[in-house]
Amino acid sequence: MTAVTQLATRPRFAGVAALVLGVFAALVALPPIGVRSPVGPAVLAVVALAVGTAALARGERRLGWYAVSLAVIGFLIGYLATRSSVGKLDAVVAWGALFAAMLRYATPLAFAALGGLFSERSGVVNIGLEGMMLMGAFFAVWGSAITGTWVLGLLIALGAGAAMGLVHAFFSITLRSDQIVGGTAVNFLALGITSYLFFKLYGQQGTPSKLSTIPDVHLAFLGHGFIGDFLGRLNILIWVAIALVFVTWVAVFKTPVGLRIRACGEHPRAADTVGIDVYAVRYASVTISGVLAAAGGAYLSIGFGNSFTENMTAGRGFIALAALIFGNWRPFGAAAACLLFGFSSALGVSLQTYSLSISTLFTALPYVLTLVAVAGVIGRSIPPAADGRPYVKQ
Amino acid sequence: MQEEPGAAPSGPGLVERYRVRQKAGGLVAPLLTLLLAFLISGVVVLATTGSFADTGKTYRAIFRGAGLNWFFEVGHHAVGLPFSHARVWFPWNTNDISSTAAANLEQTLILWTALVLTGLAVAFAFRCGLFNIGGNGQYLAGSIGAVLIATELPHLVGLPGALLAIVSVAGAALAGAALAGIAGLLKGTVGAHEVITTIMLNWIVVWVGSYLFDIGGPLQTKAAGAAGAVPSSADVPDAAKLKVFWGDPLLQGVHVGIFLAIAALVVYTLTLNRTTLGYEVRAVGFNAEAARYGGINVARNYFVAMAIAGGFAGLAGALDVLGWQYRVDITTIQGTNVGFLGVAVALLGRNRAVGVALAALLFAGLSTGTASRNLDPTIFAPGVGSSLAVIIQGLVVLFVGADLLVLIALGWLRRVRARPARQATAAQGAAP
Repeated sequence: MTAVTQLATRPRFAGVAALVLGVFAALVALPPIGVRSPVGPAVLAVVALAVGTAALARGERRLGWYAVSLAVIGFLIGYLATRSSVGKLDAVVAWGALFAAMLRYATPLAFAALGGLFSERSGVVNIGLEGMMLMGAFFAVWGSAITGTWVLGLLIALGAGAAMGLVHAFFSITLRSDQIVGGTAVNFLALGITSYLFFKLYGQQGTPSKLSTIPDVHLAFLGHGFIGDFLGRLNILIWVAIALVFVTWVAVFKTPVGLRIRACGEHPRAADTVGIDVYAVRYASVTISGVLAAAGGAYLSIGFGNSFTENMTAGRGFIALAALIFGNWRPFGAAAACLLFGFSSALGVSLQTYSLSISTLFTALPYVLTLVAVAGVIGRSIPPAADGRPYVKQ
Repeated sequence: MQEEPGAAPSGPGLVERYRVRQKAGGLVAPLLTLLLAFLISGVVVLATTGSFADTGKTYRAIFRGAGLNWFFEVGHHAVGLPFSHARVWFPWNTNDISSTAAANLEQTLILWTALVLTGLAVAFAFRCGLFNIGGNGQYLAGSIGAVLIATELPHLVGLPGALLAIVSVAGAALAGAALAGIAGLLKGTVGAHEVITTIMLNWIVVWVGSYLFDIGGPLQTKAAGAAGAVPSSADVPDAAKLKVFWGDPLLQGVHVGIFLAIAALVVYTLTLNRTTLGYEVRAVGFNAEAARYGGINVARNYFVAMAIAGGFAGLAGALDVLGWQYRVDITTIQGTNVGFLGVAVALLGRNRAVGVALAALLFAGLSTGTASRNLDPTIFAPGVGSSLAVIIQGLVVLFVGADLLVLIALGWLRRVRARPARQATAAQGAAP
């Protein structure tokens, strides 16, 4: 009885309960439960809808809307799953593999998004993440090819990213040019430089086939179950990315340095008044963002794959930027958004079992979600107050 | 422009003098930018080719690849008068079979048409204080809209003569306007930053377009001969194609759409400078708060400015599809950068019609001049040349955004020239 009274008295509890029910409306029809009748998802979805509406009526607006929309989506997924053949369903929804793929797709985004977090928290908008990633991707391959070891390749990539970050910093901080224009220029430049070197050095043959790549971490003791499939064979950089989310959170929100970075992004004049060197903090933050974005690019070229192709980041820097905004300029929020985008990519790829074109359409989902998020339909994204404003010392 | 504190000496100050130079045709900064961009990229070419002579040769080859040498090939030729069979004397060789320059120039002009329009799409939004980075999406919305109307409308209703083409072009412009309008609406109502929304809309169009026309997509053509080729839409019917007046339509000639681009330049200037709408748009762009205080509906202007900008870009997409592509394929949808080049065009053109026209010519020439099929492969390997063009574009955008660079350069020159006067200047500048 206590749970029921809590549902009635605490709207927040009701909202969370409705969310869980909405998720289950989809889950019951998927493996390993695999209910084959549409009644299962329908019942759960209706309950979720009712509880969600109740939460909404009692003033839990944000959570309530999440729950209501999730109930509808959950039912749709559940219903579609009951219409699908069991064989295909098992192939598409192999949870361990799906979650591992989610991490693989989310990692480059997470590196770039966390990089963007440093830059934007210090007050410099970074549209150039895409270009910085691309630099990382190319120079990781180049460095790995000439030094013969991925460690040096990665370091060279980070250096290239830092260089691109410095260019952006110089133009947006010292020269006070428009930061969005500067970021756009960085993207053009990086595309030009990497393609130029790629065609010049590797021509039509492509990058060397025998390349030292970043190894996976084998955790054999996890076995071959869900956990084993999920975490058993992940790239080193994936673990680094996961650790980096926590490190970023501590660094930006729990240390004096982080406080300084945020102060420069919220009110640079106040920061300057108390003796913080705004230019130095912003330079450092933008350079860090270049380094991290380059790490994401390096993961793409010598972690996830083993080659470089022209414009291989293909808009991932922009998705990372979207994840940052979606996550409200917070490390865990951004990481969650990256996981969401990663999951939709992973699901998109496995949906090819059903239809290639549906899978293509599915690729548009993260962008639609971000658009909805910035439109403020589900909670407003509020950037750091001085984000994008050049600071003039007095 | 940012005021430089501490730089307000007696007599004409640094900032004022810079303004005077800007007023002198507003040419100093863009030309300086170009010079810098070409010099730096010249270093890249120098490093690649290894000698100054080859660097010069490379730029000359790009110039020839763009077909701009056509203007210097004056001779005794004939050209057909429009609407008649008469042929009259003409100083240039318009026969693209006997003149490579003419063939190359046709390519440049085709691209110029699109770049003028995507450039205007960015410039118009700029004048309202908005950064429209969604030119690509709006361009594609126009392309897709034009193809849909041109291929589907004849099934519903038979349109006489050129009406199908006109309706397709208008519909495409509306499609681009609608897409950009979303960003303007969100900016006006909830304050969502237009850079983020237009980037997201770009990718939404790319993937929805890919879904429509890729393998297994609902609108992918199943026509004979299409098998094995890049997945694409059906071809637009002949009635919807724009008339090609220079060159062979099968080999991509200059189509009548170029006159629409020129008309758009005129419309752009007139709208901004001679209408209430333009006045309001500029007022909002100059200072949104002041405009609001003056009774201007800022939200409405954001929407209108973005919609008009999107209309320009959508027009570009329609003209490309109906003028020379005749279909939309997956490579174009996922690979076009015409919209992004529009940003460079608008920035270099300083958001003025004449500037946009000239900047579009520069970037169109740069792109066609370095394209693998136009640039002499003995000078640059395929791919390297077009990458060089992207580097130059990047440098131009980088330097164009940095007014202060010019300011610092001028200030440095001044300080070198007037070293003794510096002390007094600094003392006065520090005074309240």
